[in-house]
Amino acid sequence: MTSVIIILSVVLILGILYMIFRVGNLISIAKGRNDASRVEPDNAIHAFLFIVFMVVGLIGFFWYSYVNFDRYQLPIASEHGAVTDRLFWITMAVTVIAFTIISIVMFVFLYKYQYKEGRKASFYPDNHFLELTWTIIPAIVLTLLIITGLRAWNDITSPASKDAEVIEIIAQQFAWTARYPGKDNQLGAYNYKLIDAINEFGLDLGKDKNTYDDFKSLELHLPVNKEVLLKIRAKDVIHSVFIPHFRVKMDAVPGMSTQFKFVATKTTEEMRTETGNPNFNYELACAEICGRGHFSMKMTVIVEDQESYDRWKASQEAWLKQNPDYLKNVPAELKEAAMIKAGIEKDPGAVAAVLE
Amino acid sequence: MATTDIHLHHDVHHHDDHEHEHHEGNFWTKYIFSEDHKIIGKQFLITGIFWALLGGTLSVIFRLQLGFPDMDLSWLKPVLGQWITPEGKLDPEFYLALVTMHGTIMVFFVLTAGLSGTFSNFLIPLQIGARDMASGFMNMLSYWFFFASGVIMFSSLFLETGPAGGGWTIYPPLSALPQAIKGSGLGMTMWLVSMALFIVSSLLGSINYITTIINLRTKGMSFTRMPLTIWSFLFTAIVGVLAFPVLFAAVLLLVFDRSFGTSFYLSEIFIGGEALANVGGSPVLFQHLFWFLGHPEVYIVLLPSLGICSEIISTNSRKPIFGYKAMIGSMLFIAILSFVVWAHHMFVTGMNPFLGSVFMLLTLIIAVPSAVKIFNYVTTLWKGNIRFTSGMLFSIGMVSYFLSGGITGIFLGNSAIDIHLHDTYFVIAHFHLVMGSASFFGMLAGIYHWFPKMFGRMMDERLGAIHFWISFVGVYMVFFPMHYIGIAGFPRRYYSWTNFETFDGWADLNMLISAAAVITLSAQFIFLFNFFYSIFRGRIAPANPWRANTLEWTTPRVPGHGNWPGEIPSVYRWPYDYSKPGAADDYIPQTVPFSETPESNLPHENEMIKLESSNGDGPIIVEGDKH
Repeated sequence: MTSVIIILSVVLILGILYMIFRVGNLISIAKGRNDASRVEPDNAIHAFLFIVFMVVGLIGFFWYSYVNFDRYQLPIASEHGAVTDRLFWITMAVTVIAFTIISIVMFVFLYKYQYKEGRKASFYPDNHFLELTWTIIPAIVLTLLIITGLRAWNDITSPASKDAEVIEIIAQQFAWTARYPGKDNQLGAYNYKLIDAINEFGLDLGKDKNTYDDFKSLELHLPVNKEVLLKIRAKDVIHSVFIPHFRVKMDAVPGMSTQFKFVATKTTEEMRTETGNPNFNYELACAEICGRGHFSMKMTVIVEDQESYDRWKASQEAWLKQNPDYLKNVPAELKEAAMIKAGIEKDPGAVAAVLE
Repeated sequence: MATTDIHLHHDVHHHDDHEHEHHEGNFWTKYIFSEDHKIIGKQFLITGIFWALLGGTLSVIFRLQLGFPDMDLSWLKPVLGQWITPEGKLDPEFYLALVTMHGTIMVFFVLTAGLSGTFSNFLIPLQIGARDMASGFMNMLSYWFFFASGVIMFSSLFLETGPAGGGWTIYPPLSALPQAIKGSGLGMTMWLVSMALFIVSSLLGSINYITTIINLRTKGMSFTRMPLTIWSFLFTAIVGVLAFPVLFAAVLLLVFDRSFGTSFYLSEIFIGGEALANVGGSPVLFQHLFWFLGHPEVYIVLLPSLGICSEIISTNSRKPIFGYKAMIGSMLFIAILSFVVWAHHMFVTGMNPFLGSVFMLLTLIIAVPSAVKIFNYVTTLWKGNIRFTSGMLFSIGMVSYFLSGGITGIFLGNSAIDIHLHDTYFVIAHFHLVMGSASFFGMLAGIYHWFPKMFGRMMDERLGAIHFWISFVGVYMVFFPMHYIGIAGFPRRYYSWTNFETFDGWADLNMLISAAAVITLSAQFIFLFNFFYSIFRGRIAPANPWRANTLEWTTPRVPGHGNWPGEIPSVYRWPYDYSKPGAADDYIPQTVPFSETPESNLPHENEMIKLESSNGDGPIIVEGDKH
């Protein structure tokens, strides 16, 4: 019933609008058009509206941007983030100045040079000096922006230092997993064909000794003020590692390893104090469309001081220890070493079971 | 030229003799399988309007989800059926399909075919003084390939597994593996087939436009006397011919990967519990191929609008366009640079960072000719005598969007800044303003401006103005707030943001955006009413309602087959002699020889008088150096 009423009222309103339109038309015909005039009667109204639009728009823009600054400007928590954000705001200053001037000039021209009976426009087809000026000035400004941008980009993408903390992050529909190198600080080799429900990294236990003590984490723990090199890969489709507070973004591509190095500058605790939110957590999101659950691909990132980070690392069990069944993939002569490296206690029964 | 002329004259007779018994009587050859460029232009226009409406509606549906996440959408069930979950929510996978189809439809079907198809077809012969396109038959094929492509794309909306859902950029492996997303099943196959046909249509059209512009210009219509619209159509067509085949290749390889087990884009994939055999391919290869079309595509969409607005702004400011040659030069420069900036879409895809540096450099260079264009538009307004016709209003809107959207390109083209902004709403705001809305406004401006020539009647100016103001403010309300959301890091193509604390704000702006989107879409119905009503009941248009200089306004009110009864007029001057000092009126059409306007001629123009009639039977081409 309500839908019928809604439909009827919509029809009625449209009918009324149509009648208004027709009546307006008839009136203008009855009045007779002023053929001497070359413009519509509301020409001046448009000129005025453009000025109103410009004033309201610019004031609204500046006011809103100022009042809400802390809402849209996420706190920066990485070294390069401070650099890119500075570039961002320098570019913002330059472009907003240009934007404001051009907008004002354009809308003022629209108002000032609106049609006037009997006036003739100026025949002004070109001016080489002017054209040259506004080709060269943007070119110079852009060159400066390019140079600063290039310098930042080269720093960010330069190779990581040798003692950087290397952590692998693996994307799949629709979750993130992190792999830490364990005590040997070496990530073991993997092979995508070895991936199964349990060996989700595809650890190549038969080939690489470094795999034995690698461990898995569903949270990304990072040491503060230490360079971190994220090694990124994807199992199924393209994903993208995005940590907004660190200004970090890099695609995870199946079949191609990518990486991003950065230094986190604030621990989670410090950020909790800074933001005044006791539940604050850094979050890692997916920024490349990857399917149904794209919007829910979240990983919590925890930044802590070196000491707690080391403690946390030490407390983690090697993947092989959690899944001792996979010892069967380790060559027989290396089993002993593997068990020691993975921290598997020598329980004769368990070992016997594995060896069978 | 002489041979062309003879041929054309022959053509006239042909049509004069047969028009009445042949072309008038048969509905099929006149309106459906027409080879007349004007009818084909209108076919593209009407089809484009259909697609624009559909694409806009899709966007409003997903905006409802984003702006009002708690809204009960069960009322859409009669239309969307199973895509509305029992709880009255949009299915997340269908959300992605909506986003994908909105992008595909708007970029290709509306702003490529609808825009270039309409105005290149309609205006090229009329503005250069030709009877028709170089090949009417190819032109007809171009439309019908487009139509077939549209039918396939439209049908894919009704599949049980849904239309393609991997984003309009269809990055593999997502688009290659049906296990990854439902839309990569039959929906994706149909998307690929449809796009292949679309590319054929686009190429047939573009080749025709280029040939026509180069070969069929009337006497006196030298390149430096062509209106900027024609220049923009020429550059657009050339860019299209060079770029679209690459998309065709990319699409073809994707078809192979999907259906014939090749590994161009696939490598080391574990999905659905099994490891696929494909090794050695590269998903990044696809991105390179795609954006090699994708970026020029942006200019394929934008250049015609720039051309159209140049023409309209000059006409309605009653002033010559400022810096005619600079305008051509900047378009040429943009067209060339558009081919060497594609990888700025890929700064964070794992591409070699050195490439990132190179593409950043090239990308920011393209801002220079774009800035020149804006300055030239503004200077054209200076000391003008501005008439705010609907076409003019929309052209001003287009310049405004081009400015505010173009400026954010300087952020995104900077690879260091792009790290944070890539794939956030900042990008959405940027390209919807600079490419989407600017081009769309250019298209609307063109419709309002050339409607009298298309249908012989005027559109209602007051409705046009209402349409403009609601749309102009509405579009800003939709896209401007997205900058803030983007700076805050909100990623695009998210069904909802509530999973993340970081993105758990801005419900207010998202609501505003969605409400503005609904209002802006509704305002388009004012246009639709105005358009269709005016076709049948609009005020009868004078032959030259805007007092414009270009050739199309010298045709009869409704130009027939062959455009001009009798001989094609000759051209003696450039198209921008508005408000020339000394002239009686504030415009001098291109067909008026300098010998008839001694009072307003510039010194070098007086010298051209003797060239005008030195050939006995008619004027010859004068490659005039204007200023």
